[in-house]
Amino acid sequence: MIAIIDYGAGNIKSLQSALTKLDIASCLTTDEQTIRASKAIILPGVGAFKDAMDALDELGLAALLRKEAAVGKPILGICLGMQLLYDESFEDGDWEGLGILKGSVNRITGNVKVPHMGWNTLSHHRTHPILMDIAEQSYVYFVHSYYIDGNLADELLSSCDYGVKIPAIVQKDNIYGIQFHPEKSGATGLNLLKNFGELIT
Amino acid sequence: MLAKRIIPCLDVDKGRVVKGKKFKQIRDVADPVELAKRYRSDGADELVFYDITASNEGRDIFVDIVERVATEINIPFTVGGGLRSVADINRVLRAGADKVSLNSAALKNPSLITEAAAKFGSQCIVLSIDAKRTSSGWSVFMNGGRVDMQIDAIAWAKRGAELGAGEIVVNAIDVDGVKNGFNVVLTKAIANAVTIPVVASGGAGEKAHFAEILNEGKADAALAASVFHYSEISIPDLKNYLAANGITMRREPSWTK
Repeated sequence: MIAIIDYGAGNIKSLQSALTKLDIASCLTTDEQTIRASKAIILPGVGAFKDAMDALDELGLAALLRKEAAVGKPILGICLGMQLLYDESFEDGDWEGLGILKGSVNRITGNVKVPHMGWNTLSHHRTHPILMDIAEQSYVYFVHSYYIDGNLADELLSSCDYGVKIPAIVQKDNIYGIQFHPEKSGATGLNLLKNFGELIT
Repeated sequence: MLAKRIIPCLDVDKGRVVKGKKFKQIRDVADPVELAKRYRSDGADELVFYDITASNEGRDIFVDIVERVATEINIPFTVGGGLRSVADINRVLRAGADKVSLNSAALKNPSLITEAAAKFGSQCIVLSIDAKRTSSGWSVFMNGGRVDMQIDAIAWAKRGAELGAGEIVVNAIDVDGVKNGFNVVLTKAIANAVTIPVVASGGAGEKAHFAEILNEGKADAALAASVFHYSEISIPDLKNYLAANGITMRREPSWTK
C-alpha cells in the first residue's frame, strides 16, 4: 500500500486514479499508523509552499516524513511535494522545508512566461529503473513557478529547459522527486508511476 | 522545448456537451466523458469544461462529470462556469479539476482571484475574459456577452495577472462561432501586456487559423469547440500541420503516420 499524504492541498484524486489503473494499491491518508505501515509514501501538492509546510506541521507529518525518509522508506514528492523535500523555499519569503534533500526552491527566471505551464521535453542525465521505457525528449506536463535551484549533479535524473535548467526527476537513495505531474502526463506519466510501483515491490 | 497547446472546449448543460454560436443557438452534441476520452486519445493537450447550467441540480450533475473525467482522463483539464467563491473553487478542484476558470465572479469581485491564488496557487487560477470591439477599443463583457462592463480588456488582463491569475483566456466574442479566424490583434496585445500564458479562444475555422494565432497572435495555446466536436479538423492532422509550420507541438509517434 502506498500512502498518499492528504494534507488538503489541490487535486490528488487523479493521482490515485492513475495508481488504481496500474493496479497499485494506495490510500489517501494523514494517519500516522497508516503512513508508518505503508510500503512507500507519495507527497503530492499544488499551491503555496508555506501553506503546505504549515499543514504538514499541524498534522505532525513533517517530523514523521523525516523519520520515514531516514529509515529508508521510498518517498516520492510530486510538484510542490518534490519542492517540500528540500531545505528551503524562497516562494514569497524564506521558508524551511523538510530538509530531506539538499537545495533550495527559487522562482523561475529568464525571458520566459511564469508559471511554466504545459508540455515540455525531458533530457535524461543518467540511467535509473524509474526511467525504464521513458524515451529521451518525452513530453510531460508541467505547471509550476518555482524550481529546485542548486548543484544537483548526483541526484539529477532528468531535466527540462525553460529559461533555466529545471530539474524534472531527481533521486537520492530512497527519495524521489518529480517536478511535473505524472498523473496528467498521458502514457509517459503512467509509465513513470508504473516504474515507481515496481521499484517498491 | 515547451510545446504550444491545443485545447478542445466542452460546454456542458445538464450533463451533455452543447455548442453555441455567438453564445446562442445551443445544440446538443455528446456525452462529455466520451468526448473527452476521444480528444485525449487524439492528442489534445488539455481540455476545458464550462458549466453553462443555471440550476443547482445541473451543478451537481456537473460536479459528477468532473469526478468522472478526473478518474478517466490523464491529461489536465480546466473547469469554468458558475464558480463564485473559494468554496465553489475548492469543490471542483477536490472533484479532480486541475485549474479553474473565473469570469463574471472575478469582474464582480476581483479579490476572489487573489484569495483563490493564495489558497490554491496561481497556477490553477485562470482568468477568462470575454471581449468585444467597441468604439473606444476592446471592452470586457459579462453574462455571456450581454453586459458591457466598460473596462478595457488589456487593462483587465494586466490587473488579473497582478491579482494572481496564472493564465489568461481571451474570448473574442465578435468572432466566436463564426469560423473566420481567432482575434489576432486582441490576443497579441494581451500576450504582450502580461508575463503569464495566454490562451486564444473563439473563431477557429481552419488549420491556418491556429498557425496564425500561435505565431502572429503570440498565444501559448489555442482553444476551440465546434471544429473539433463536428470533426471538421482532426487534432492529429492539426498538430502535424502546425509542426510542419515550425510550431512546437507534442506529438506521439502514432499520430504522425
